[in-house]
Amino acid sequence: MSILRLEGIRLVLGEKPILNNLSMEFWEGHVHAIVGPNGAGKSTLASTLMGLKGYRDFEGDILLDDESIKTLSIDERARKGISLGWQEPARFEGISVRDFLRASSGNKPLKELNEVLAQVGLDPEEYLNRSVDKTLSGGERKRIELASLLVMQPRVVLLDEPDSGIDIEALERIFDALRILKSRGSTIILITHSLAVLKQAEHAFLMCHGEIVDKGVVDKISGYFENKCIPCAHKNIPGSEV
Amino acid sequence: MKDKREIAQELYNTLQLTDNALQDSQTAHLYVNHNMVVGSHLLPGLTADVEETENGISMLFRVQAGRRIARPVHLCFGMLPAKGLQEIRLRVEIEEEAHVDVLAHCTFPNAVDIIHRMEADIVIAENAQYSYTERHVHCPSGGIQVVPHARVHIKEGARFRTDFELIKGRVGSIEIDYESTCEARSVLEMNARINGTGSDLIKIRETGHLIGDSARGVLTSRIALRDQARAEVYNKLTASAPFAVGHVDCKEIVQDQGVAIAVPIVEVSHPKAHVTHEAAIGSVDDRQLETLMSRGLSEDEAVELIIKGLLK
Repeated sequence: MSILRLEGIRLVLGEKPILNNLSMEFWEGHVHAIVGPNGAGKSTLASTLMGLKGYRDFEGDILLDDESIKTLSIDERARKGISLGWQEPARFEGISVRDFLRASSGNKPLKELNEVLAQVGLDPEEYLNRSVDKTLSGGERKRIELASLLVMQPRVVLLDEPDSGIDIEALERIFDALRILKSRGSTIILITHSLAVLKQAEHAFLMCHGEIVDKGVVDKISGYFENKCIPCAHKNIPGSEV
Repeated sequence: MKDKREIAQELYNTLQLTDNALQDSQTAHLYVNHNMVVGSHLLPGLTADVEETENGISMLFRVQAGRRIARPVHLCFGMLPAKGLQEIRLRVEIEEEAHVDVLAHCTFPNAVDIIHRMEADIVIAENAQYSYTERHVHCPSGGIQVVPHARVHIKEGARFRTDFELIKGRVGSIEIDYESTCEARSVLEMNARINGTGSDLIKIRETGHLIGDSARGVLTSRIALRDQARAEVYNKLTASAPFAVGHVDCKEIVQDQGVAIAVPIVEVSHPKAHVTHEAAIGSVDDRQLETLMSRGLSEDEAVELIIKGLLK
């Protein structure tokens, strides 16, 4: 059953069409991947789904549970159950991990904050009182961001390049967290150009030049992506010929 | 007519403390209301010679050589009346190898038209340590001019740290002017965190002179401005000795019609000294804001949390 549907999304930034007539459907409780080379428009699509600044003026519609969320602000979309994990998570001077998780959770008790930190492989005693700032590595911030999504339990989780800037051990933790989110009923949308991340999904869209060029089971898409997209030498400029 | 003990307790009650410092025999304190000492408890190695003047006090505060005062000393300079002038003249002498932390509470909870001035001369002797945390409680409508000026001499191997925070109420007008001179291997750290709203006016002028070999200094200011509040921050660090190292760091968040000016000045006159600076003024960072909003916080709640973090 579909939870999120895109209908003819067309987004132009400057004079360039970045997303070109995208229509997609995401099934509730499934792990989806949107895969494609750099510049294909994947992160732009995530920003558009979340309603970030600069990505709100587009043609087409986004439907959550068959209702348009096109005009909703970021926090309104979040309260309806959509959230985003960024490729490069924000740094917050003076905001502790505890405060960040608490804000993400709607003030859930400390026990639950500890649990989600442990689920992403971080020791609560060591991390709860640290600031989410430059004293944490990119991988640590990535895991804390994922912990914030675990404690929030959104219905739809967008994860932009979840393997970016992290080591293999941390990546396994992130995959564990994905399984937890799925087991709790979240729909997960992975934005990636990594085969390892793609293989966590059940269903994938292949994106190029701001368009969906194929979709289907992961084996089919990953084979095409590995054999055709990765070696492909063309420059990924939206609007140019594929 | 209230007695001194009642006035001291009334001042204490405005400070939002839970440590019961007034009753703790192991915690030294000195409470001043306008120009009257209303409570005092000192510990061995710590002296405070106070003279009550027409509009305040004059005090020689001294920690004897080698003494380490275990718990922070509570100084409270306050005024319970709504109007008036308070002038604090302070001479601080931290003798060799001594160590003390001071929590200075400046409380003006009913201020309508109050001027609070402090003129301080501070000498921190060789290998001594002195930290001075100034916490202000103001009235919700401001109604106060705060003018703390200090000259600080940090001798060889000594350390000085100062923090300024407004924990309640509006700034009103504040004009901080600290100038510190740092001898060899000494350490200077000055931090100011202030939230300006309404028509508040914030002026910070902090200067550190790293004149000794391997002296170190950091000047940090964090300001948030809303409404028509205005801030001017002039932080200056000079380095004239080998291996002197310093950093000036100013960050200001401006919203509404707030105006911020930040002028970090770095002056290096020795080839082996190194001083850096950074200043950032702007609105709330989009990425931070959007991250918190994507977790369900409204824009106002997200901004509040970001500013709270900046000023923490």
